[in-house]
Amino acid sequence: MARSPSPSIFRPKQGVDQSVIADNKKLVQAIDRRGLLRGSLSLGALTMLTGCNVSDTDTMQGFLRAISAFNDKVQEAIFRPNHLAPTYSADQVARPPRFNAYYDVEDVKPVDGATWKLELAGLIQDRRPWTAQQLYALPEEEWIIRHICVEGWDYIGQWSGVNLGQFLKRIGADTTAKYVSFKCADDYTETLDMATALHPQTILATKYAREPITDPFGFPLRLRTATKLGFKNAKWITAMEVTNTFIPTFWSKQGFNWFAGI
Amino acid sequence: MSNSFTVKSTRRHRLHPATLRALHWINALAMILLIMSGWKIYNDEVLFGWLHFPEALTLGVWAQHGLQWHFFAMWILMVNGIVYLAYGFSTGRFRRKLVPIRPAEVVAEIRKALSLKLAHGDITHYNAVQKLLYVGVMLVIVLQVVTGWLLWKPIQFSEAVALFGGFQAVRLIHFLGMAAIVGFLVIHVALALLVPRTIRAMVTGGPLVDGTSAAPAE
Repeated sequence: MARSPSPSIFRPKQGVDQSVIADNKKLVQAIDRRGLLRGSLSLGALTMLTGCNVSDTDTMQGFLRAISAFNDKVQEAIFRPNHLAPTYSADQVARPPRFNAYYDVEDVKPVDGATWKLELAGLIQDRRPWTAQQLYALPEEEWIIRHICVEGWDYIGQWSGVNLGQFLKRIGADTTAKYVSFKCADDYTETLDMATALHPQTILATKYAREPITDPFGFPLRLRTATKLGFKNAKWITAMEVTNTFIPTFWSKQGFNWFAGI
Repeated sequence: MSNSFTVKSTRRHRLHPATLRALHWINALAMILLIMSGWKIYNDEVLFGWLHFPEALTLGVWAQHGLQWHFFAMWILMVNGIVYLAYGFSTGRFRRKLVPIRPAEVVAEIRKALSLKLAHGDITHYNAVQKLLYVGVMLVIVLQVVTGWLLWKPIQFSEAVALFGGFQAVRLIHFLGMAAIVGFLVIHVALALLVPRTIRAMVTGGPLVDGTSAAPAE
């Protein structure tokens, strides 16, 4: 890559020597191929369909995650960057929105808006951090859109905040980069593909139903995009990085599909 | 064409040619994977409070495994299904074996089945109820593929989702399609077990039949 490496809050200051990967490229690829082969052979084991702990073995996960990565590509290919998700009227909005995180609502640790900052990193010209006050003063845009959870439930929510694409331009981000990654106060991590980050209905939300979002729903700043499953909408964001290097996300590390488009 | 004997012998084939058998069993595997992984996904957020599928019958330890299996097996089902439809139409198998379906015959066959007088001496011809069930389950599977895509991408295909009545309506239809397929499977497997020759035929190919002859009336 021609770009000079930029400091990342997601990675250690001392990066891995890239020559190690280059020198062993063949080996890395060979391991991957063996995993696929073993995985397809293990399909034979499916004739014993009981309980099925087979899913959790390294071999099977290697195979199923390779398919999931293929499905990422399919989803990228069919993504319509300018197609707007249906919008709804204010009287259809759920109040309050439905809570979801990788822990219960009682365990939410509120973020102090007065000391909170949004850190910026990666392929961004102006990486000065933003305070809540500065962010809340930016021009807002509102979307009343459907939130769809990977589990199958949904609700209509009314979200407002700065358009992510416009914010990226404002800070001089390289919008030809592949990813926009987020880091959250609860150690959650999320990575969006650039096409989704630039979708007209992707915003850094600061308000719900025209009131500042409350603690359980991501105060002071959360992501809200109309084209992804619920879990992609990172809450309590503390840092954002524009990068060409994929940063694994909280749920993708556990086997959920990364792209998770809807 | 030198004589009628040559014509006849070159056109004779097994009741279920090898291609058809492979397509059948691959479809069966994909369908079982889809149903079991689908039950895992369903259990995470049920449509009906009274209905949870037994965990022992679901595929995967956690929800993500159910999702991984479902979005893998869907490719097998779709690719295999497209080949099957192309095969069925191009070889004339559908035309020979699945049509016409006459309502009067369907009623008569159901009466016979209920009075336990169902004739199954000849496994090379499908009765009207069989034809109806086979065509029916094919249409349901096509509907499952369509609603499956809509559930996976409800925003990319928002226009089509609206035609079906919204995201939750599509979810319900996808569930009912599964229920119809499971219902078909129960009948299909029960009847096959009742006449084991049909299972042997789907494994080894069954008797030699004349591919060009019209189906006799009974």
